[in-house]
Amino acid sequence: MSTMRANIAKGGTMKVAKGVRGVRSVRAKASAVPLPDLPYDYGALEPYISGDIMKLHHQMHHGTYVKNFNGLLEKQADFEQKGDYASLISIQQAIKFNGGGHVNHSIFWKNMCPKSDYAPPSGALGKKIDETFGSLEALETKMSAMAAGVQGSGWGWLAYDPAKDNIFVTTTSNQDPLVTQGNYVPLLGVDVWEHAYYLQYKNKRPDYLSNFFEVVNWKDVEERYNAAT
Amino acid sequence: MTFQLPSLNYGYEALEPHIDGTTMTIHHTKHHNTYVTKMNAAVGACPELGSMDLLTLNQKIGTSEIPADQMTNVRNNGGGHWNHSFFWTVLAPPSSTNGPSSELKAAIDGAFGSMDEMKSKFNAAAAGRFGSGWAWLGVEEGGKLTITSTANQDNPLMANVVDQACIPVLGLDVWEHAYYLKYQNKRPEYIQNFWSVVNWEAVNGYYAEATQGKAPKL
Repeated sequence: MSTMRANIAKGGTMKVAKGVRGVRSVRAKASAVPLPDLPYDYGALEPYISGDIMKLHHQMHHGTYVKNFNGLLEKQADFEQKGDYASLISIQQAIKFNGGGHVNHSIFWKNMCPKSDYAPPSGALGKKIDETFGSLEALETKMSAMAAGVQGSGWGWLAYDPAKDNIFVTTTSNQDPLVTQGNYVPLLGVDVWEHAYYLQYKNKRPDYLSNFFEVVNWKDVEERYNAAT
Repeated sequence: MTFQLPSLNYGYEALEPHIDGTTMTIHHTKHHNTYVTKMNAAVGACPELGSMDLLTLNQKIGTSEIPADQMTNVRNNGGGHWNHSFFWTVLAPPSSTNGPSSELKAAIDGAFGSMDEMKSKFNAAAAGRFGSGWAWLGVEEGGKLTITSTANQDNPLMANVVDQACIPVLGLDVWEHAYYLKYQNKRPEYIQNFWSVVNWEAVNGYYAEATQGKAPKL
């Protein structure tokens, strides 16, 4: 290894001879976020959640959040590179909306599975649910009630609090990611924006919620719990 | 006071093809009706709410005149009931819609430059409201026309909690339930179609009253 490289490897500074040009600064570029595929076909959650909804929800709603988010990330990188912090700050609300939409929906698709793959929670999470809520049914009742009660658009969550080592249910509004409420880990999310259920359930959000619980991918939820604990 | 679901002045199908009959039916008989039911339940639980009419309840949101433990309830359900009651009156079958009065047109030109520019600004407010909410054309204190949007079931009468207080003369529901069955995610198309069913006669009346500082009489 050359003396210069060895020096840098040790964490030392690089002495550059006078007249040698430094590395030209590269324009900061945000990497494009892809729209993740669903782990199943659009029709796979029938009859609980219709294929029409899944397709629109994934391609149009999540797809739009991803498109907008990518545009905003590029703008943000550009503002940062130019040192225009006022402009950078001015787009943060839009980043929260669209980036949050991407974050939340990415979790949501994995939180569900076809009915044929359904199994109730087991292992450490299963035990924690029973300890905390009394039973899976009790958790579902509580989470459904809270999610049904969200005014306007938002999400219901089963969350993990690392500081207290406990699980709890809560809600967020619009596309706010769970972490905006505190240092919590999202385990299971349910989208209660009207677009998530209206074509099939119309105003009957509670019916949508009870059907949602028929297709929860508890294996995925357990993985998130195990990763956090 | 018992709140009641008001009737529409037209059939559920009358706003077709711009707003579909199924949406109007569900919107009126389910969504709006639920706000009425819940508002009556709130009065049942807290009788002092019954001493205020719907307009007053909306105007007092965020003040101590509404018990703190009822505030969210009244904001959501009293707001929802007022908003929808108002909304049905500013809609009319496409064949019967006329246009803004000369006074309103002059005010629109003065405030926005032209009718098209006003619509453009209104459309942007409606499309840009993230999540659930409403877009409004209203008269500010001082008489000037303004465009604003509010979240959820808030409205600009709720002076203590909204960004821009004003007396509404026109409003548009942009909750997904207002358009999803026909337009799905295409909110801008819904907004465009809205203009074909605006009841300008009602809007003209609200404008005349608003310039006197009076809120819409529903």
